[in-house]
Amino acid sequence: MSRAVVFGGAYAIAFFSFLFGPLIIMVITAFNSSKFPRVVPWECFTTGWFAELFGNQRLMDGLLNSVIIGVGVVALAVPIGLAGALALSELPSKLRATLYTVLILPILIPGVVLGISTIVLWGQISRGLGGAVQAGIYNGYFLTIVGQITFVSAYAMLVFIARLQRFDATQTEAALDLGATPGQAFRKILLPFMAPAIGSAAFITLLASFENYNTTVFTVLSESTFTTALASKVRHGTDPSLSALAVIIITITLVGALTNEAVQRRKEAELGGKASRSPLYANPVTRALTHPGVVFAILVAIVATVSYIGSKHDSSVCEAAILQDKLDRQAELRAAQKAKIEAQETEQGITVPKPEGGFGGAFGGLGGAAPTPAAPKPEGGFGGAFGGIAPPAPSE
Amino acid sequence: MPETSPVNSPDRSVLLDHVSIRFGNFTAVDNANLKINSGEFFSFLGPSGCGKTTLLRCISGFSDPTEGRVLIGAKDMKGVGPNKRPTALIFQHLALFPLMSVADNIAFPLEVRGVSKKERRRKAEELLDMIALPGIGDKKVSELSGGQKQRVAIARALAVQPDILLLDEPLSALDLKLRQHMRTELRAIQQQVGVTFIYITHDQGEALTMSDRVAVMSKGVIEQVGAPDQIYNRPRSSFVASFVGENNALKGVVKRQSEDMAALETPMGTFEARVGGGRKYKPGDEALLFVRPEQLVPGQAENAFQATLSRQEFEGATNHVFARAGDTELRVSMVNAGLAGSVGSKGDTLSLGFAPMNATILPVGQIASEA
Repeated sequence: MSRAVVFGGAYAIAFFSFLFGPLIIMVITAFNSSKFPRVVPWECFTTGWFAELFGNQRLMDGLLNSVIIGVGVVALAVPIGLAGALALSELPSKLRATLYTVLILPILIPGVVLGISTIVLWGQISRGLGGAVQAGIYNGYFLTIVGQITFVSAYAMLVFIARLQRFDATQTEAALDLGATPGQAFRKILLPFMAPAIGSAAFITLLASFENYNTTVFTVLSESTFTTALASKVRHGTDPSLSALAVIIITITLVGALTNEAVQRRKEAELGGKASRSPLYANPVTRALTHPGVVFAILVAIVATVSYIGSKHDSSVCEAAILQDKLDRQAELRAAQKAKIEAQETEQGITVPKPEGGFGGAFGGLGGAAPTPAAPKPEGGFGGAFGGIAPPAPSE
Repeated sequence: MPETSPVNSPDRSVLLDHVSIRFGNFTAVDNANLKINSGEFFSFLGPSGCGKTTLLRCISGFSDPTEGRVLIGAKDMKGVGPNKRPTALIFQHLALFPLMSVADNIAFPLEVRGVSKKERRRKAEELLDMIALPGIGDKKVSELSGGQKQRVAIARALAVQPDILLLDEPLSALDLKLRQHMRTELRAIQQQVGVTFIYITHDQGEALTMSDRVAVMSKGVIEQVGAPDQIYNRPRSSFVASFVGENNALKGVVKRQSEDMAALETPMGTFEARVGGGRKYKPGDEALLFVRPEQLVPGQAENAFQATLSRQEFEGATNHVFARAGDTELRVSMVNAGLAGSVGSKGDTLSLGFAPMNATILPVGQIASEA
């Protein structure tokens, strides 16, 4: 029994460190002043990467574009998905299987193909129409929205299908029988039943739109969304401002999850009749404190306060000290190297060819001819695994 | 409710004019032709799959007859949708709206007709009083018991005073005690509101106890329509005789017929019995004799025969005795005579007989299989 507990505990720890380890490390790197995202060596605690993130105009423009596109996609994909799911539920089973495959196909097609075909199709159409319509259609916003809808609405449809399967069709029949028009039956019976699914479909479609790269990178044309801007930034080398972004996303997720939990617990307590018995709900103060709205407000207040305090933090003194340290260390190493080379030259009377760039001293020993007790400090390249690279002068 | 109805009570009759309903090659309802009178409690009784629910959905407007017409209050209902018909259907699983309160459920028919919120609330409370559940309007549907849900569904159906209330086996989900209680209650509500009730069931106990008239259905065909005692005592087909109540069937050959009595020669002997359905037989025709277990009386002189007691099932007030005569096993119901009397034990010989009026000779036909 106890062995099982030990094993289970170890497994749980291993599992959670696998799951959350990268996130934790990423969060830590967001506050390290090192130019490369890393935990050790720890240099200075800084909030500068957040400023750097918000200062990136391309990313911020992309964020705005992502929001515009995301709202457009949600507004169109959710009704389309709902209509598709309803159509499927009404069809005879043979036709349903066929239509289901057709509707689900966009998910299976590579996003790249969808992206390119969207440009080609709408390019043709817009050229055919010409004039002002062409400008209205053939731009990054419109193309990205229609391109993403092709597969995002299928996601929404899957969510709705799952919910619809639990819908009792006699509910609609009962409504009709009691005198409701088909429209009233839809609004008053089916739609309230679908409400939770509409919420989750909207959330899923928003996320799918926001994080999409494959399709968007083609359809967005000369514009850029947050994701495409991020991707091109990473291509030019990464820095901890991306960790700062991760911290923001994690924070938003946590606030959302905690608020949702508060909503669920309250609902459960009220449904299960626990609320009427619990002293927590009897006391007006604690009752108000556990209200999801208040919980959310408190969480937002905490985040806002921390952000404000963080924005006042100045790490420039520490960073300057670190920079000075590095410069000193570099000078020291250079001096030592110089001394060593001089010593070798005087000892052997010959000049050892100095390894150039590339793999630096790592393979120095392979040469055989060079009995160097200490490899000369390599310059640039990958030598020293970034550690010794002298930081460039502050760009400011 | 009754005080709001017009002085000249409306025509709440339903006429099924040669109604047939087919799905592809399958005939669900075959030439149903009957009239349900205004204010009647009418039941369709039959085993599952006999087409009774299809017929009900046709009356309520969810499907159209393939042939024939449905007339409600003498008006042809062709092309009139379920929301435009003066009918209300109580579904088998009630179909209460789980996301609404009890009061909102009951007032739903008023809501879709644009009645004001205040008026809806007032009406809902009035209906809750009628079903003897005052003050539960703000509860959720999930908080109600089975019997309460049942009554709420009835209140909801009656909210806009339909002319016809259709009930699709609404009691089948309830336990026995509650079911028996609800039978009485349904009947009382029907008497109170004067609406025509059309009740669908496979439970003959329900059909016989509540109904003014019963239609027995089998395989899409209406076999017999009549008052419960007629259905029970004067079955017109072997299906009705075997489906409604317990019955013993003896196969034999008609020897002679005089008016509505005939003699049937069976392996157990020749028996005199009433001819069912006013049919005429020639001597030598094959026929079935049906005699109910409670009509087999020990020591009865008429139609007497000997049988061997093979087993008994004791059920309190009644003792179900199984007696073997030749190849046939007969079911005999005996009133429990208490400690003073004894039926006998296994292997005893019983002298049984039955009155000719209490047995029916019917043509050989479909026998309802034992459940």
